[in-house]
Amino acid sequence: MGYPHTPHEKETVVLSKYFGDAEARSYDGWVQRGGYEALKKALGMSPAEVIDLVKESGLRGRGGAGFPTGFKWSFMPKEKSKPHYLCCNADESEPGTFKDREIMRWTPHALIEGCAIAQHAIQAEVTYIYIRGEFTEPLRIMQAALDDAYKAGVLGANAMGSGKQLDMYIHRGAGAYICGEETALMNSIEGRRGNPRIRPPFPAQKGVFGMPTTVNNVETLTAVPHILVQGTDWHKGLSLSNPKSAGTKLFSVCGNVARPGNYEVTMGFPLRDVIYEMAGLPEGRTLKAVQPGGSSVPIINREEAEACLLDYEGCVEQHTMLGSGGMIVYDDTADMVYQIMRLARFYAHESCAQCTQCREGTAWTVRILERILRGEGKMKDLDLLLDLGEQMTGKTICVLSDSCAAPVASGIERFRGEFEAYITGAREPSLAPA
Amino acid sequence: MMKETGTYEPVFTDDRRAKLDEIIARYPTKRAALLPALWLVQETHGWVSDEAMIEVAQTLFLTAAYVKGVVTFYTMYHQHPVGRHFIQVCTTSPCSLCGAERVMEALLEHTGCGDLGATSPDGRFTVVEVECLGACGFVTPVLIDDDFIEGVTVEQVPELLGRYE
Repeated sequence: MGYPHTPHEKETVVLSKYFGDAEARSYDGWVQRGGYEALKKALGMSPAEVIDLVKESGLRGRGGAGFPTGFKWSFMPKEKSKPHYLCCNADESEPGTFKDREIMRWTPHALIEGCAIAQHAIQAEVTYIYIRGEFTEPLRIMQAALDDAYKAGVLGANAMGSGKQLDMYIHRGAGAYICGEETALMNSIEGRRGNPRIRPPFPAQKGVFGMPTTVNNVETLTAVPHILVQGTDWHKGLSLSNPKSAGTKLFSVCGNVARPGNYEVTMGFPLRDVIYEMAGLPEGRTLKAVQPGGSSVPIINREEAEACLLDYEGCVEQHTMLGSGGMIVYDDTADMVYQIMRLARFYAHESCAQCTQCREGTAWTVRILERILRGEGKMKDLDLLLDLGEQMTGKTICVLSDSCAAPVASGIERFRGEFEAYITGAREPSLAPA
Repeated sequence: MMKETGTYEPVFTDDRRAKLDEIIARYPTKRAALLPALWLVQETHGWVSDEAMIEVAQTLFLTAAYVKGVVTFYTMYHQHPVGRHFIQVCTTSPCSLCGAERVMEALLEHTGCGDLGATSPDGRFTVVEVECLGACGFVTPVLIDDDFIEGVTVEQVPELLGRYE
């Protein structure tokens, strides 16, 4: 468990190359490993050239949505009439996901470099790195790295001697999953409650402090320096299945596995190899279900998982999503009804309560699932949950509500028998009477 | 109505005032310094009282009601005093699959807290269950004050607690 772990022979180690290497954390150590060469190169290019390069590379957002990064950057105004901002989303809170945490813990300068390149590309003076409040260790390490980057002249009034002003600050969250949603994140930086905003206006028009803003995930930004150095052809070549998905991706494999951890593979890599060969199932167990992209994506069964290729398209083909790459593995001992209730509880707890469908829907989903687990459920509760899920999907300001409905609906579809066993009394209740 | 008791020790004096001013300079609005200011309050007093919210409001030119609205949104700001050591244990699905609930029960038992959110009679510990600590591969993750501890097992709980007086 944890690091250092020797990479599996089938991994393609790019972002995680220095995980476990404590010397890579320091400024000097990072420079010795080729750090800040990419930033130097980027600062010698025009912002438009950097954007074109990232567009051409095929890099897509690693936070969950998979939006093409270069295109997102190109939405920022070309002519600057007001301040621009970059927000780095390090609020990693999606259950199952712990990749950004490791990037920040082991390679803080990789993230700073990625942020600085993006900042140059979108012509932003300031980057706010929004780190969730519970990440005490990444917070300390990132702050130390930022201080060193300022001292070394990488950041500040004359960044790397380019004459450009690049400033970067950490903004600590305070316990709210929803702040990983980009508009909620901007509200949280502004000192407000983390309620998502209605779009339009989109962040590139009117983002944090009402100014043009780009929000990118930690892993996305960390991939950028490699593209600058190794080129777009190299990046496009990192694709085993669909050319629309390129590069490497970190999968945080957890749940019922023998060797949990972050495994970095090329886009299009078979999911079955990650589970069976890299992380491994616990001794004597068989695979029951997987959520390949974090708790918000539909649950798939063993057959679907074994056929799934890990890229944006491959996951959709198997009725789920690549999401953030937080891969939750359920083996034959897992009680799917209990685990789905546990996920629903998470969403009910984290709903910002702005939208009725989400506030009421998540709470009622939990209550109905708890009633089933207490042995007090009725057969019609399953249809009620599915109907509720439909009312919670595509109707709210952000997708937290949809994220609660997805595992519930997909879970009932695939594991209906487990729900029915609680309802008919074939299975002992696992929750005490209310 | 929020009350002032008269015995309140202000947070933003001397060094902490200087620290806050440095933070304010990072943002185009004073309001944006609200979350960092509340962190400074909690680091100083251990929790965020109504009086502290009034002080923060006056310092950042906000209303006390607005500050309270923000404080109550975020789970990490304590709105009442907690034990000397604040323990957060994750029990969300990936951790639950690996037995995190048993670690939580062991923490409640060995701290003497009994219930989630309650403080032990000796004032030493408060234990809360938290939704996803973002360390799902390191089950069970436990956050004690600012110490993030990975892979805690039921058996390790007594020794772990012994490190915190």
